[in-house]
Amino acid sequence: MNYNDRLSGNEAIAFAMKQIDPDVMAAFPITPSTEIPQYFAQYVANGEVNTEFVPVESEHSSMSACIGAQAAGARSVTATSSCGLALMYEMMYVASSSRLPITLACVNRALSGPININNDHSDSMGIRDAGWIQIYAENNQEAYDNFLQAMPIGEHPEVRLPVMVCQDGFITSHALENITLLDEQSVKDFVGEYTPENYLLKKENPLAIGPYDLGCHYMEHKVQQAEAMKGAKKRILEVAEQFEALTGRKYGLFEEYRMEDAELALVLIGSSAGTAKMAVDLLREKGIQAGLVKIRVFRPFPAEELAQALQHVKALAIMDKAESFSAQGGPLFAEVRAALYDLEHRPRTVGYVYGLGGRDITPEHFMGVYDRLAEIAAGGDLGPTYTHLGQRG
Amino acid sequence: MERTYHFKHTLEKKERFAPGHRLCAGCGAGIAVRGVLRALREEDRAVVGNATGCLEVSSFLYPYTAYEDSYIHTAFESAGASLSGVEAAYNALKRKGKIDGTVKFITFGGDGGTYDIGFQSLSGAMERGHDLTYVCYDNEAYMNTGIQRASSTPRFANATTSPVGSEIPGKKQNKKNLTDIIAAHNVPYVAQTTFIGNFRDLYTKAKKAIYTPGPSFLNVMAPCPRGWEYPTEKLPEICNLAVETCVWPLFEVENGVWRLSYEPKKKRPVEEYLRLQGRFRHMFKPGNEWMIEETQHNVDENWEKLLTKCQG
Repeated sequence: MNYNDRLSGNEAIAFAMKQIDPDVMAAFPITPSTEIPQYFAQYVANGEVNTEFVPVESEHSSMSACIGAQAAGARSVTATSSCGLALMYEMMYVASSSRLPITLACVNRALSGPININNDHSDSMGIRDAGWIQIYAENNQEAYDNFLQAMPIGEHPEVRLPVMVCQDGFITSHALENITLLDEQSVKDFVGEYTPENYLLKKENPLAIGPYDLGCHYMEHKVQQAEAMKGAKKRILEVAEQFEALTGRKYGLFEEYRMEDAELALVLIGSSAGTAKMAVDLLREKGIQAGLVKIRVFRPFPAEELAQALQHVKALAIMDKAESFSAQGGPLFAEVRAALYDLEHRPRTVGYVYGLGGRDITPEHFMGVYDRLAEIAAGGDLGPTYTHLGQRG
Repeated sequence: MERTYHFKHTLEKKERFAPGHRLCAGCGAGIAVRGVLRALREEDRAVVGNATGCLEVSSFLYPYTAYEDSYIHTAFESAGASLSGVEAAYNALKRKGKIDGTVKFITFGGDGGTYDIGFQSLSGAMERGHDLTYVCYDNEAYMNTGIQRASSTPRFANATTSPVGSEIPGKKQNKKNLTDIIAAHNVPYVAQTTFIGNFRDLYTKAKKAIYTPGPSFLNVMAPCPRGWEYPTEKLPEICNLAVETCVWPLFEVENGVWRLSYEPKKKRPVEEYLRLQGRFRHMFKPGNEWMIEETQHNVDENWEKLLTKCQG
């Protein structure tokens, strides 16, 4: 039932959507995610899916249409990047607070300005607190696999939250890789039917969605949403286990690479992990105890699990592919560092912001970071904890 | 389509917009919603959409809804797109045999959510051809936030962001002609109406809008006693004068054919309409006669244009 094919990250997502055959897709083109609705429109034109394709006039409307469709009882999907995601910002909150498990394929791209079409994580990091589950991929295989897991996670009655499946613009979205695909029936069986309890089109019981919520109820609703996000962790792991049983491919909240005895470690997100793993291997050959943690699930944030995985590390670099302009480092740095606070013996940590607007990162960059960590681990000065990596001058 | 209209029978239909909502006394929005929903066949279900605005915050305060039908509000500018999604879901689920029966899609937006911030999403929904009805209850300003000017606000009206001052006499620009703009989308049915007499005009247009396949648009003048500054009981008189002065002509555009629904025997002077409303009070001060003259000129010009369109 598994077979190999050579697909770009965008093709892999579009193909996953085709295999799932959702009820509604609403989307608007934006580089680098444009190919997803493009491929999908072709499936629709060829009668290969049974989906209503709504080619909206903006991303604000694609999210609005997905909200309407999902509320009506239909499984809905969309795709976007960068400014498109920023335009959806308001509606992203409406989707999550209305507890509508929409699936969004986010192809990460830098936010304007200046306008830039290449990869970093400023788009999805900017929307990290909108109440969406966020799952990141390192490569095309993970993008495909994560998308197949999104609906079983988000639609579960104890979760009922929308899910963003993120991959790196161009780096994985446009690069071809040999990946392993499931046959369509296995995908359909794994993802299952969308069977909401209540929806607008339910005959027996009309439903009203999107109330004006006064102070006497608003906070209760937000607490429920927060509880759902906390509970999502368990479901994400359950689905990963079922996926592993089906495919043999193992997923968790994050991936630990050569972390068993690691004294020097990095934490990062996305495709740069491939490059960093190469650096780890080179260092391991020299007998240096280097390791890597690649975050897969950023929302809900796996704080306790990370603390446990990093507790024996001596020096740690946390690497953000996004600026938050907090003047203290990127969002991943802030959250990982906070996660380590309650440990009795904390690793010494530094933060880097790298790869903005598609700036390349090489194994040499990572070797430099590990060199610095080695000095820190040996009792050297921590130095500045918020620096940028890879810029000129 | 029913040929005859029985006011009494129509009123005997079960209400689909329940009392107990929190709209102001004399508000036109509630009258528009009741009137439009009354045009639904009793056996048909509906999903009612709504842009953020007075109507939304007054008719669905958690946990109470005034709607007997399913209802969805998402945001201020998204009513057209959200209902597009609901309609798309209906098509998909119907095709897959997951739902049965007829469901109609009707969304309400104030003029702010329709002429301005929601204009793009409305235009998109009309262009894509969804089978839905968009109803604008036009009260000519952002009433929910406290009477700020909109592109629907008429010239010279006093609004809180186009206030009458010693240098500027209220809103500087004329009202946007949205009904014409939507008609230019070449959708099957577009109409303009308000609350007149026994509501035949509103009812028949709502019925046509709802049951004409494809997108339709209804622009309903819905006065606001607070924003327009008139005693609540004057609403019918104001609506009547809006029509008799040709400030708000009643017409419809059916498959591209423009038709006047009512032609006053003798067009009344615009000042009769303006005089009833505090927002135009300054226009009646000595020395400001030119404002009334220019308003009359603008009304005459628009009326002539409309007559030309309706004469084909």
